Amino acid sequence: MRGVRLVSVLAAAIIVTGCADDEPERGGEVTVLAAASLTEPFEALGERLAEDYPDLDVTFSFGPSSGLVEQVIAGAPADVLATANTVTMDNATAAGMLAAEPQVFARNQLALAVPAGNPGEVTGLVDLARGELRIALCEPHVPCGAATAALLDAAGVDAAADTLTTDVKETVALLTLGEADAGLIYRTDAVAADDAVEMVEVAESDSVVNDYPIGVLAEARNPEGAQMVVDAVVGELGRDVLGEAGFLVP
Amino acid sequence: MVLLVPSLLGLALLVLPMAGLLVRAPWGRLPAILSSADVLTAVRLSLVTATVATVVCLVCGVPIAWVLARTAWPGRSLLRGVVTVPLVLPPVIGGIALLMAFGRRGVVGGWLDETFGVSLPFTTAGVVMAQAFVAMPFLVVAVEGALRTSDRRYDDVAATLGASAWTTFRRVTLPSVAPGVLAGAVLCWARALGEFGATVTFAGSFPGTTRTLPLEAYVAIGSGDTDTAIVLSLLMIVVSVGILVGLRRHWVGTA
Repeated sequence: MRGVRLVSVLAAAIIVTGCADDEPERGGEVTVLAAASLTEPFEALGERLAEDYPDLDVTFSFGPSSGLVEQVIAGAPADVLATANTVTMDNATAAGMLAAEPQVFARNQLALAVPAGNPGEVTGLVDLARGELRIALCEPHVPCGAATAALLDAAGVDAAADTLTTDVKETVALLTLGEADAGLIYRTDAVAADDAVEMVEVAESDSVVNDYPIGVLAEARNPEGAQMVVDAVVGELGRDVLGEAGFLVP
Repeated sequence: MVLLVPSLLGLALLVLPMAGLLVRAPWGRLPAILSSADVLTAVRLSLVTATVATVVCLVCGVPIAWVLARTAWPGRSLLRGVVTVPLVLPPVIGGIALLMAFGRRGVVGGWLDETFGVSLPFTTAGVVMAQAFVAMPFLVVAVEGALRTSDRRYDDVAATLGASAWTTFRRVTLPSVAPGVLAGAVLCWARALGEFGATVTFAGSFPGTTRTLPLEAYVAIGSGDTDTAIVLSLLMIVVSVGILVGLRRHWVGTA
């Protein structure tokens, strides 16, 4: 452990002295851990940021929110955390992983999605209870699964799932491949999947909304760069790309 | 000294993660976790699927091994290549390939679905297929090795005494390589038990039908239930190490 500390101190010293010669540029490397459902808008945001701030080098790592929180708590080197619901972020906050109170920057809703052409002739949430259909839902412990459970509960539907995915993108893939006849995914994923999946309008979907919080991590190696990314996400640029991807923005 | 340092580093890389599990293991909750309904369901499913997959590998793999060891024809090395590909292929790629072939819109799967109404993804049969896909080479390689080192003259003698090819195979060849077949079957079973990538990709993950032990561990770590994930990891390590220790003569060759 002492060896590791020494190496990081040396590395920090090299970085500090390296920068001291130049005008202190705002930038550097920033690693962002983000929920899988943020993949498209954040990648778009990353490209726009790269144009505006050539010195800022943002790397994204997308995955299931609860897994990302696990990684952060286990000491994964990262600067910013953005999750797909507040429950997972609260776990990170409770563990003292955030530098400041996280901000909600977007909201998402679930959508009932079917493969192009709707082979299972799905018309509403009640169809999720049909045993002969192949149904893919999110695992209850990940954010999209928690929202799924809440939505099904609100609609009074006892779904006959055939597979429970730990990542909403897996559900999207199964729908795109036509291996599943219906599934609940985020509205944004349905927008991103374009023509490969169709959305079936569900009245109850308004009743369940996911808040997406973002925050700078307490152990960020580049807190300044991290704050720049967070500002961009909650700012106009973020609202633009997130709105385009189908998110509801505050 | 030059050899000692890297070998110790390598050893540390292999041993420290296991030690980490032991240190973090929730020993007090161990019995409760191991006897929880979710875990028991996954254990039962894993035992059944790995065993069925091993039987499938024995039935199909032993003849393949015989062909590789005892026949000479131009396509033989190609066959060996095909059979051993899953050894080096990332299992998730195997899962994608299985989905493309046996998925509902796959080449074979589409036909199965239309003709018989049979769909393999998301079923326990799909789990067995995924496991057999990745575990088969372990059996074939072990049995082929045993066949190569066994004395062919016994087979020849049996044949000259009038035994048919099938009788010779069943009564002479197979018994002479029985230890190799057993070792291959046990390795094959262990690999099937640990299968994750191909299973989750091809068969999905649902408690009781497709969620085997490794999938249960993955769901546990993904949903923040670290204790269960650690206990399941320990369980898999104990089984794997137990099997390798039991097979040490065949595996390390220190007889």
